[in-house]
Formats: sequence, C-alpha cells, structure tokens
Amino acid sequence: MHPGKKRVRRTMMFLNAHRAGLVKDAYIYKPDSVIFDLEDAVAENQKDSARIQLYNTLKYMDYKGTEKLVRINGKESKHWREDVRASVAGGCDGIRIPKCEYRSDVLLVEEEVIKAEKEFKRPIGSTLLMAAIETPMGVINALELAQSSERIFGISIGAGDFMRTMHAKRTAEGYEMLAARSQLVLAARAADVMCFDTVHTDVNDFEGLRKDTELIKNMGFDGKSVVSPKQISVIHKVFSPSEKEIDMAEKVIYGVEEFAKEGVGVFIVDGQMIDIAMVEGARRVIDLAKASGVYGGEL
Amino acid sequence: MINQAGREIPDEHLVDGIEVFQGQYYREEYEYKKAGPKVKASIKPKESKLVENLREAILKSELKDGMTVSFHHHFRDGDYVVNMVMDEIHDLGIRDITVCASSLGTAHAPIVRYIEDGTITGISSSGVRGEIGEAISEGKLKNPAYIRCHGGRVRAIETGDIHIDVAFIGAPSSDEYGNARGKGGKSDCGVLSYAMVDAEYADKVVVITDTLAPFPNFPPSIGQQDVDYVVVVPEIGDSKKIANELLRFTTNPRDLMIAEYATKALVNTPYFKDGFSFQTGAGGPSLAVTRFLKPYMIERDIKMGMVVGGATKPMIDLLEEGLIGAIMDAQAFDLPSIASANSHPRHFEISTSQYANPMNKGAFVNKLDYVILGALEVDTDFNVNVITGSDGVVRGAPGGHVDTAAGSKCSIIVAPLVRSRIPTIKDSVITVTTPGESIDIVVTEVGIAINPRRKDLLEALQGIDLPIMTIEELRDEAYRLAGQPSDVLFEDQVVALVEYRDGTLIDVIRKPKKISFDL
Repeated sequence: MHPGKKRVRRTMMFLNAHRAGLVKDAYIYKPDSVIFDLEDAVAENQKDSARIQLYNTLKYMDYKGTEKLVRINGKESKHWREDVRASVAGGCDGIRIPKCEYRSDVLLVEEEVIKAEKEFKRPIGSTLLMAAIETPMGVINALELAQSSERIFGISIGAGDFMRTMHAKRTAEGYEMLAARSQLVLAARAADVMCFDTVHTDVNDFEGLRKDTELIKNMGFDGKSVVSPKQISVIHKVFSPSEKEIDMAEKVIYGVEEFAKEGVGVFIVDGQMIDIAMVEGARRVIDLAKASGVYGGEL
Repeated sequence: MINQAGREIPDEHLVDGIEVFQGQYYREEYEYKKAGPKVKASIKPKESKLVENLREAILKSELKDGMTVSFHHHFRDGDYVVNMVMDEIHDLGIRDITVCASSLGTAHAPIVRYIEDGTITGISSSGVRGEIGEAISEGKLKNPAYIRCHGGRVRAIETGDIHIDVAFIGAPSSDEYGNARGKGGKSDCGVLSYAMVDAEYADKVVVITDTLAPFPNFPPSIGQQDVDYVVVVPEIGDSKKIANELLRFTTNPRDLMIAEYATKALVNTPYFKDGFSFQTGAGGPSLAVTRFLKPYMIERDIKMGMVVGGATKPMIDLLEEGLIGAIMDAQAFDLPSIASANSHPRHFEISTSQYANPMNKGAFVNKLDYVILGALEVDTDFNVNVITGSDGVVRGAPGGHVDTAAGSKCSIIVAPLVRSRIPTIKDSVITVTTPGESIDIVVTEVGIAINPRRKDLLEALQGIDLPIMTIEELRDEAYRLAGQPSDVLFEDQVVALVEYRDGTLIDVIRKPKKISFDL
C-alpha cells in the first residue's frame, strides 16, 4: 500500500493556486493537507497562469510535511489534462477529482496521471487520488468510487452543489447532509478508504464549526475541508484524543504485544475485552494524538 | 565613526558634544542642568488671555525667523492645528522655522510646500509619514531632520538640546485663562501628555481650542501658569479621524497566530505573576495579545498591576473588570479610552516625560515588565527598524518603541516573517532605531527567536509548545520564502539623524538613490 494513503487528514485547506501570497507559506497554519485549487477559485481566463504558479509552488516550496493535493478542473472543462500534467510534474502528493459520479470519472483521470508520471519520471503509483462527490448520483455510487482505483485514499462530500440538486435547505443541525454523510462514511469504511466532510462556509461561526465537526467525527469521518486557516484549530481540537483515549490506546497496543508472546489473543483491560482487531483503531488514536501535539509516550 | 550598533556616523554630525550611541544605559548617572523657559510675567490681574485670532497670537508671541515651534499629535490624522499654524506663519513671511512635533502624519502633507519654500528648514519628530517623509528623504529639508522617540524628544527639551520658542497646543477644551484639557470639547483626545513638557519648557505657549469652557476648566492637562495666549478657532480637528469607536480587531489569521505565540511566550516567562506591568501598541497583533492574555490571567488568578502608554478598549475592558490596577496613559486611541481617561479613578494621565524620558529621575517605562512592539525590520543582531520602509524612505515612527524596549524587563516584537515579498527578518536593517540589546523576543508566524543574551528566557521557554528558532533560522526561512533582498542604494547626503533616547546618534538616514532601469 502507498505509505501516504492513510496518513492523518483532519483538515484539508483549500488555497487558490493562483495567489502567490496565499500559497507561499500556507503550511504555517499547520493543516494536515492543503488543496491547491485550480477549479472554482480560479477565473476562467487565469487557469494557465494558476497552473504555472501551482507547478512552481509544488516544485520549489517546502511545505514541511504538509500534504500537497491539487483540485483539478472537471472533465467537462478543457483544462483538466494540463492540470494533471502540472500537478504530477510538480510532484503533488495527490489529486482531488471534482464531481465524481462513476468509476469511469476516476479511471479517466488515473489514465492521465499514469501518462504524466511516465512523462515526468515520477514513480508509477506515487500520485494518490481522491474522489470528490458533489451530486446525488455520486452519493449513490460512493462505494463504486471508493473502490475505483488502488490510488484512491479517500472520498469526500461537497455540500454546495449537492444541496442545490437535492432541493434541500440548510439547517444548523445539518439534516440536509444526513443522507449523503451516512452513505459516504459507509462506503468509505466498506472500501477501507478515508472519508472527508464538506467545508463549513461561515468562517466566523466557530461554535457551528465545532458542532459540525463533532457530528462528523462521531459518525466516523476522518476530517473536513476548510476554507480559512481560522477553522483549523477548532477542527484539530475536536479530533484531538482525550487523555483517557490515549491511555486506553496504549494499553491495547502494549497489551496485545505482551499477551501475543504468551499466545493469548483476548484479554481484559479496565473491564473491557481487548483483541488484536482493536490495534488498528488504537494506532489511529496514537497517530491523532501525535498530530495534535498531545502525545508524550513512546509509541 | 562606528557606533555600538555598528552604524557609521559621519564626523560632521558629531559636533557640540554630540556622541555616537554607546549602549542603552551609557548615560546612566549623567548629570546636567535642566533647561528653562524665558517667562514673561503676568502680574496684573486680567480677565482673559484670549486673542483675536491665530495671527495675533503668533505676532504677540514674537515668533521670528530661525525660531522653533512645537506641536503634539494627539489628534493623529484628524489634526488641523499644524496646518493652520504653519499657514499663518508662512503668510506672515516668517522663515527658517524648525518644527518640533511629537509626530507628523498624513494629515500634515500640506506643509511640504513650506519645506520646499524655506518656511520650514528643520524638523524634529518621532514619526514622519506620508509626503513629509518623502520630502525629507528627497533631501528637500534644508537641515537634516531629527528622528526622536517620545522619551528622546522630551529629554531633548528638558536638557536644552532643543529649545521651543513657541508651543502651539491644540486642546479639545480650554478656559480663557489657558487651563486646557483633552476632554470636554467637540474633538476629544482624552489626554494631552505629549504637550505637557512643551508647555513647561517653551518660552511662549499658545493654546488653540474650538471649545471655550467656563473657568476653571479643571482638572487641566496644561495649566494656566504656563499659558500665554488662548485662541478660539472653528475646529481643531476632524473628530472622526482623531478617534474611532473602536480600533479594528484583526481577523487576519496570520496576525492572530503571531499574537497567540506571543501570548504563550509571555505567560511562560517569570514576570507573568500577579501585579505584572504591561504595554502594547495599537497594531493588529499587539491588540490581540491583550485579548488573548485575559483567559490566562483569569485561569492563574493574576491581575495586571499597571498598564503604561497607549490606552485601547481591550485595556479599558480589563480595567473595568478589575483586572488592571492602574492605567498610566500617555495616549488614548479610541473613544472608550478617551471616555475613561481621568474619569475612571484608576486611569491617570501622565506626561511624556513621566512616561519615557530616559534622563529624568525615573520614567514609567522603567517599571514595565512587558512591552509588545511592532517592527518594519529586525536583523540578526535583533536591531529593529521602525522608521524607514523597504525602499529606504522615511515612513515610520519610533514613538515609544525605543523607550519601552529599553525600560521593560521583557520586550517582545511581533511581526510577520515576510511582508508581501519583503523579508522582515534580515541580515541588516536599513536603519537602526531600537538597538538589539534592548530586544528580547521576536515573534513571527513561523517561529520565535529569543535574544541569546537572554539565557533566562530561553530556559523559561524550553519545553513549551512553541516553535523556538534562532534569529538566523528565521532569517533563512524568510529568505527562502522571498529571496534575499538587494540592498537599498543611498547617496551620501544625510537627510535625517536618528537620535537614541539618550541623545547619542544611533544611525543616520541618507537620501535613497533614484531607481533607474537603464542597464
């Protein structure tokens, strides 16, 4: 498996790839991933210069470990093939494909990615993909999309277009997103890929953002797109494991190691039954704790 | 001669006992006799010091060619006083005037024509912004301008380095006998701290107001015993530009990040304990630090003993919540601060000498634990420039920067690592206004550098979740992002002298070379 496929991605920050002032040092806000946007944020007559800016940013800016993704233009546009070339040439970590509805949408992009990897002598398979789902058809086909390629590390829901097509009304509780979010997280887990929630558009509503994030975290989502650096710390805080959770995760990991030596597969910690199946979840807690800067242990 | 900040000061400026900068406390225990004004006694009882108009006040003050006039900048960009006085002086044909202002800003651009026609030949000011700064940098002023920080200006007046012949003091209210206040008028500014020393040391003092208050207009900032004439004019300023309801609280995530780091550093230093003293400027990140401090203060049950300098609404809120012992105010920045000054029982007006004069018997800045300051540039020796822009043109203001940095136990600079495409942290600043020996911590959004002189602070911040870096690492990061800037090229002509607060010369500002694109 690609080593970056399951990294921590609590926050994925959109950045207009065209704006030099934005992309020069956005890593300082410490999102887990940035998404350089060539699609909606960039005016139609600026697409080519945004691509040049993107290439140079990917090639020459040190993002200090922050994952660098690119949102390319949709397949209906005349830009997306060049977007893929520039992204791969610059060495992005992955590409976010907009408006995915069918497996073929992903495969179409993958084909171009392979060509570009060959052209620019990048290791074949090094560029990950992410399917952005923005329509009811996409939601229905979420599993198909999540399983469409070995390169897919996650699927995400984009609320804006989805709501318009659903005739839904925005509510504080997020009822309008229930159907899509549920379907998405199920598909992601079934396909063993990650699952990301849409942006919280009111950048000054931190309480709403916190509630929204708690909801999706409890549903099983791995993270959320953000449009402002101000949103990052709120989301990270929600995803930051508690001391109790970290403690339990350590007991699971150490416990399984210890008991395995003695040939024991199931044991009890703090009154809870533990087995090897829980190690993956425990590792995830430790990874999140490390990313949140709250882990002081040895794991 | 090279001074202790590593700057070459041409010998021609080292005359009449003027020395180069030799360290921030070089003049400790320096003895001198204070200057004193010439006073024309007013023995006979008289009803009023009112004169008909400004022209009459200037004539009665016997202002002549070659003299020095003074102004304060409490009205900031809303000030009308400087321009109206200089118009009259010009119309009277008086020339070769030195303007000794606490600061000059964009509101005063019209006086550039008097620089050009020789009405004004000298300027002493803390800040010089806008077109006046450009005129100085272009070498239009006959004599080099003096850049003096707030403490340095009052020091120069009290030691007699600069003698004010006539002080023109705009006052929101005054009675006809000259008791003038920062409040009680149409255009209140709260306090008149910058003008207090002028009133005591100028030969003639003219109060200019648009609101004549009943006698006695008490408690006054400027007392009748120092005032010669009172002039009533229709308007002393544009109240909207003098003070806003509220200084805008920054929502810029970069500024907030800087403020968060600065706050986190501050609360982990040893001086953050009950009764600590604090000063901050009115810039975005500085104001945010005040807000971010509050939860830490409440959590640790710590109150500020004293706030010094510029008052702002976030400070007033803390004062009213009982989290500040006293505000010692030398400038009120917004309407809530103006309302509170001298009205709240623990909000006091102080003179700029009390505030920052390095050579009186003890200024309030000496009692500061912390100061949060901005910077245009910081170099790897921690020297700070707050006067010249990246093009070498005069466009800033040391204000109280130099004084508070030297006086406080822990001075914290907050600045973005890069502004547009210009690194803030660099090998060498264009102009040194504040020497690195008085700067303790530099906070940027990328990392925090602690002056290696402050091993105690380095130790205190070990293990705290903060991106501690060396200043060289910060510079490297800035250069990596924006490239190493080429040096600004200057001609030989010195257009301004930068005085350190004690009167020594810390740097000179030269005329920038015109940018030419011929290859």
